[in-house]
Amino acid sequence: MQAGEAATSMAVALDDATVAFGIAENRVYTAVEQATLRVADGEFVAIVGPTGCGKSTLLNVAAGLLAPASGAVRIFGQSLGGLNAQAGYLFQADALFPWKTALDNVAIGLEIAGVTRDEARARAQEWLTSVGLGAFAGRYPHMLSGGQRKRVGLAQVLIRNPKILLMDEPFGPLDAQTRQIMGNLLLDLWTKDRKAVLFVTHDLEEAIALADRVVIMSAGPGSRIIGDWKVPLSRPRDIFEVRLDKEFHALHREIWSVLKDEVMKGYAQSAGMGAVS
Amino acid sequence: MTRPVLLLCQVLVAVVVIGLWHLLTTVPVLGRILLPPFFFSNPWDVGSQIYSWFASGIIWKHLGITLLESVLAFVIGSTLGVLIGFWFARQPRLAAIFDPYVKMANALPRVVLAPIFALWLGLGIWSKVALGVTLVFFIVFFNVYQGVKEVSPTVLANGRMLGMSERQLMRHVFWPSALSWMFSSLHTAVGFAVVGAVVGEYLGSAAGLGYVIQQAEGTFDVAGVFAGMFVLSAFVIVIDIFVSIVEKRLLVWKPDASNSRH
Repeated sequence: MQAGEAATSMAVALDDATVAFGIAENRVYTAVEQATLRVADGEFVAIVGPTGCGKSTLLNVAAGLLAPASGAVRIFGQSLGGLNAQAGYLFQADALFPWKTALDNVAIGLEIAGVTRDEARARAQEWLTSVGLGAFAGRYPHMLSGGQRKRVGLAQVLIRNPKILLMDEPFGPLDAQTRQIMGNLLLDLWTKDRKAVLFVTHDLEEAIALADRVVIMSAGPGSRIIGDWKVPLSRPRDIFEVRLDKEFHALHREIWSVLKDEVMKGYAQSAGMGAVS
Repeated sequence: MTRPVLLLCQVLVAVVVIGLWHLLTTVPVLGRILLPPFFFSNPWDVGSQIYSWFASGIIWKHLGITLLESVLAFVIGSTLGVLIGFWFARQPRLAAIFDPYVKMANALPRVVLAPIFALWLGLGIWSKVALGVTLVFFIVFFNVYQGVKEVSPTVLANGRMLGMSERQLMRHVFWPSALSWMFSSLHTAVGFAVVGAVVGEYLGSAAGLGYVIQQAEGTFDVAGVFAGMFVLSAFVIVIDIFVSIVEKRLLVWKPDASNSRH
């Protein structure tokens, strides 16, 4: 999968992407170093790594929110300059517009694209129904639970029918049960029209249960991609049951043996930083 | 504490205070009246003064003038505050240049401007409106500026990823955020509009509540002064209730503004 020509057909192709931030005068923090990553059209790729390893940074590069210091970013073969218009982005933090109702939050993506208000709202209502919130159209985000807000966020992103779905620990703040329910919902929606998905998480189990491929990043700074596993589990999957699968456990053990060291490293570093500051 | 009990206690406070006031101004203690009526009047005189104002209807004219000045000060001040606050927040260089002058103008106690405004705009309503505007403007200006600056970066990035152009970001992200900050300062802004109007009237005018109080003071009519203060307080409370209703409607989407479903 490393060949340069294959990159033209890939939904997302990062080549030796290095991302650095100037944190102070003459000091540069390198978040991600020479990351090469391919996501095929219709493929579900999960990125796992310890806290602060630059997973989100990589996602922001694919979204066009960040430009890499060096290296290339190509989306369906086109070099990316500016925002990635093909991508929908589900953020980790609350990103809904708090002053719009659930319905208007979902409809906005169509409205700004020039769809009439009535049609946008009708289609938004359909999307809300398909994420199980048909009866909550008139509620404002603060009146919804964390899980419900994520559902609205998912509908908000998917209504635009993006070819690529970028997700930054989208279910991170939710409780364990809600995460599993959201995972199943995501898989259901994804199965209908397989988009390319880049899913960032720190939860290895979630990654294996959802993805076709799991990519592991090393602890930062200057984190690299240090592993890439295919998930041999068949689809359609049920998140609850797939965790009982023998293959699931074998893969989990294998990846964890690599990931564990990085997690400890990352933990030691953040503890060290805490002691200094 | 249940609602009726609370209400009863609140009424009790008023009864006790007015009762004490009445006793101390009319009943001698050890041969002396502790609060001489000349300086403190008494509840009865103040009450009958208020009654005669409303019975004769003279007070309505003054209330109307004060209300008109307050409303004009609020509308003009907040319009300017919203526009300039928005403009400054989107033009950081402009904001940086004007920063010391804005701070300077805001630090100035606005009362000292009243004579200048009277000189420039005469003794009619506009000098009072101008004073109110200088008070309202800064509150709204700072809130709107803050509101635009403090748009959540995630919400902003989300808007961008959903495909919003700069103009659409303005309309769907910055504008609602700025307005929400303005609305949350509505009570303060309206309060200051009234302060501007009354202080302006007090310092020189021919009508309005401030004028009524000032006239009473000029003739050592303490009952008139107290009566004016009570009418002014009631006026402010009525306006405040009205603002609360408006606020509740405008900020339904805010967690603290609506107590439903939580």
